[in-house]
Amino acid sequence: MPAGFFLCVAALVLFPSPGSRTAFVFCGVAVEALGLVVAVRGHIEPRGDAN
Amino acid sequence: MNSPSALSPAVSEAAFAVTLVLLILAPLAIAGVALINAGLGRSRSAAQALLGNVAIFAVAAVVFVLVGATFTGLTDGPGHLFHLAGKSWNWLGEGSLFFAGFSAASPQSQLALLYEFLAVALAALIPWGSGADRLRLTAGCAAAAVLAALVFPLFAHWVWAGGWLAQLGANFGLGSGFLDPGGAATVHVLGGLSAVAVVWVTGSRRGKFPKEGFSTAMPGHNAAYILFGCLIALVGWLAFNLAGQLLWLHAPLTALPVTAINTVLAASGALAATFTITRIRFGKPDASLCANGWLAGLVASSASAALVSPLPALFIGIVAGIITPLLVELLELAVSIDDPSGAISAHAVSGLWGLAAAGIFAGAPGQFLAQLIGISTLLGLILPLVYLLFWLLNRAVPFRVDADGERIGMDLHELGGGAYPEFVIHRDESYR
Repeated sequence: MPAGFFLCVAALVLFPSPGSRTAFVFCGVAVEALGLVVAVRGHIEPRGDAN
Repeated sequence: MNSPSALSPAVSEAAFAVTLVLLILAPLAIAGVALINAGLGRSRSAAQALLGNVAIFAVAAVVFVLVGATFTGLTDGPGHLFHLAGKSWNWLGEGSLFFAGFSAASPQSQLALLYEFLAVALAALIPWGSGADRLRLTAGCAAAAVLAALVFPLFAHWVWAGGWLAQLGANFGLGSGFLDPGGAATVHVLGGLSAVAVVWVTGSRRGKFPKEGFSTAMPGHNAAYILFGCLIALVGWLAFNLAGQLLWLHAPLTALPVTAINTVLAASGALAATFTITRIRFGKPDASLCANGWLAGLVASSASAALVSPLPALFIGIVAGIITPLLVELLELAVSIDDPSGAISAHAVSGLWGLAAAGIFAGAPGQFLAQLIGISTLLGLILPLVYLLFWLLNRAVPFRVDADGERIGMDLHELGGGAYPEFVIHRDESYR
């Protein structure tokens, strides 16, 4: 997730043109979404465990 | 629409008075969320839930004054900067400790700090509802202290006190910079992401996800609290949205009626959508989910009510009202997230939707990208930061109550007495 954030910030600094900047920011958000999916899956509790 | 900047225009006496009156009404949003949190928990934890709401309010307020306000800084005050790619990035406020010099600050700065002072309490309250029935009171207060001391001040500075997100417009030509006039990001998404962290660190309630079959239904114990909380919250939300418009967008007083209408429209559209969805899904409307839908509409309005016209505001609310009940169900059934108050759906996800929708419907070139960068900051930086801080805090102050405490209920275990001493309270055995 932090990698996606740094991609978005990098897009601001590296790409002055609106098109490539927007595309890069979308890529950053997509990376964050992937990270979020991994984090959510990693926190799924085994059913009936300890509860 | 003016860009929020470090150089705020002088506030007129009339605007000062109106903002002050609105901010006096703003704690009603906190009262409403507190009632909803308590009602959505179980009867054997009701007193602990309500005491927790009050205690967290108090802790967040005190810690923000002692520490947090220093990092937030004043709207027209100095900040810590670094320079990158020829631009200055204002990343941390440079306020004085313990509100020193507060009375000498400009009227605009005084009102801004008062707004933040109340907003931090609301943000800290949101994860408390998600940890209902198993999160210890001490841990809830400690988590609120962490949010009020570090996380909220950092993000509030970036958005409201001339920080780098607010300056995206001036530095990179992205609309008016990241806009969050009613606290959708700074309060609700921050609180909702903290709720995710609390649920991950604390785990689910005993018996919520049995080995076989679906998850166990653990309905809220008092629909009257929940629905009355919704109505009380509306007043507070109107206050936060209108005061935010005056403070952060420097709007004239004549702009307020449309924002008030947009706020009510968003909540109403969301309620109608949730009512319809639950009616179709379950055959009858679900009171708890309808309350979550109403709240989701209000949260979405926090981002957008001051920036859009009434029709988009209604649309934004309807979408929030559709997303929320479906997501509550998805999170519980598909990924085993036990969130009794539905804060993750109603606050975090609806807030993110509202922020994106504000960028889409506000119409300024580059505004959507500015909103997207704010969203990316919340997901990519704030969520991992809050999770890390709560994970570390859990080592020092265990979040979860022991099994016996959960079995007899948080009221008896933590307070020694229940909220309803004259009634039989259901124990865990009732659910077996």
